[in-house]
Amino acid sequence: MDTQEASKLMVNGLHKRFGNHEVLKGVSMRARAGDVISIIGSSGSGKSTFLRCINMLERPHEGSIYVNDEELQLFSARDGMLRPVSEKQLQGMRTRLAMVFQHFNLWAHMTVLENIIEAPLRVLKVTHEEAVARARKYLDKVGLAGVEDKYPAHLSGGQQQRVAIARALAMEPEVMLFDEPTSALDPELVGEVLRVMQALAEEGRTMVVVTHEMAFAREVSNHVIFLHQGRIEEEGDPAIVLRQPRSERLQQFLAGSLK
Amino acid sequence: MEFDVNIIVTTFPLYLRGLGTTLQLVAIALACGMLLALPLGVIRAMEYPWLGRMVGAYTYFFRSTPMLVQLLMVYYGFGQFKWLQAQWDAENRFWLLFREPYFCACLAFSLNTAAYTAEIIAGAIRNSPVGEIEAAKAMGMSWSLRMRRIILPGAFRRMMQSYSNEVILMLQGSAIASAVTLNDLTGAGRTVYARFYAPFEAFVFTGLMYLLLTFIVLGLFKLAERKWLAHLRPRGA
Repeated sequence: MDTQEASKLMVNGLHKRFGNHEVLKGVSMRARAGDVISIIGSSGSGKSTFLRCINMLERPHEGSIYVNDEELQLFSARDGMLRPVSEKQLQGMRTRLAMVFQHFNLWAHMTVLENIIEAPLRVLKVTHEEAVARARKYLDKVGLAGVEDKYPAHLSGGQQQRVAIARALAMEPEVMLFDEPTSALDPELVGEVLRVMQALAEEGRTMVVVTHEMAFAREVSNHVIFLHQGRIEEEGDPAIVLRQPRSERLQQFLAGSLK
Repeated sequence: MEFDVNIIVTTFPLYLRGLGTTLQLVAIALACGMLLALPLGVIRAMEYPWLGRMVGAYTYFFRSTPMLVQLLMVYYGFGQFKWLQAQWDAENRFWLLFREPYFCACLAFSLNTAAYTAEIIAGAIRNSPVGEIEAAKAMGMSWSLRMRRIILPGAFRRMMQSYSNEVILMLQGSAIASAVTLNDLTGAGRTVYARFYAPFEAFVFTGLMYLLLTFIVLGLFKLAERKWLAHLRPRGA
């Protein structure tokens, strides 16, 4: 990677424990504009925890986080975990790091349109017209124009996830975080979500994707990180890392995933 | 024995006034109770160590003693204190309220329904889907915004069933207002009974009025559910 170029997102030396179990043992990552980084690893490797630490949905014990070279101010609280110095700064950073979840997490009592305009309207404080315009634009982008007035429960899993992606896009974030976005979907619905993500990658959006989809990691991302027991075991260009894995762990993992 | 309809016809205005009193009492108690229950329920659900325990003690007390006893204590019991009597002698406007049966009934009913409602709200908040709250956090929403836009709207929808029960219990429970000389619906029934010695006519009609009120309350909740729980209806319904 070119070290001269400004980074959109930088994470340094992240440590996280659950009780006595150390889930992350110093994980670092850097994303420049347009990077699509896939994070792979078996379950329990800490990949989801790592992603969730980036926007402080999980509180790490050590480490630092930079968005657009602005450092998130953290201090070590009495429970040993880091806490933001300013909730305002954290909230501002979160608006620039949109997240897409495994279980979609749409707000059940709101229609699709209400789901999408909620945060732009009330957090970013854009006008109602602007929020609705964004909603229509991004619903169109994920191929769901016309479902504005439906409730999430009335959509299929694949449609719900695409609405969740539109909701994230409507924040016009610097970086998009995807936490196993296709893991909760029926196999026949995975494709529609992956195609949307591929289109976003081709637009040059900066994305960090925790995934089990090796095809996505190989074809779409330009950088892959293999996590094993809370450490980066191997990383680099997917064309190299996934075709000629050096470590035995990654060889085993790839043999097991059969893709 | 025959049913004398004339008694009902001649005393109908009395029943109407009673109905008015009952409706007022219940409406005031439910409104004040909800205003009080909202912050208490939030505190109870957030599990602030000390504040939460104090709210817990409050709801425990009001849920584990009969509402009639609570009402009798406020109306008759407090007046025994020399201090309160002194306030009355001094014509202190606020403390004089405690000699008004209407005020005492509103107070006791409000505190009682607030205790039950606070527990209902707290339960509904605790059952909020974790994922929805995480999504709100990830979008940069502050605590108060999450509470206002995501947690409470979801909680209110989840609690509609149990709250409709509380409203009906409050309606029936308000019958004890007649124990502190108020002429509510039940009070009207008692008056008619005493005047005509016709207990059957007097109380059957009273009961019918409560039945009708309950029917209307349930109908209103049905309408509200149709509007607010649309997201839970099966597809295409």
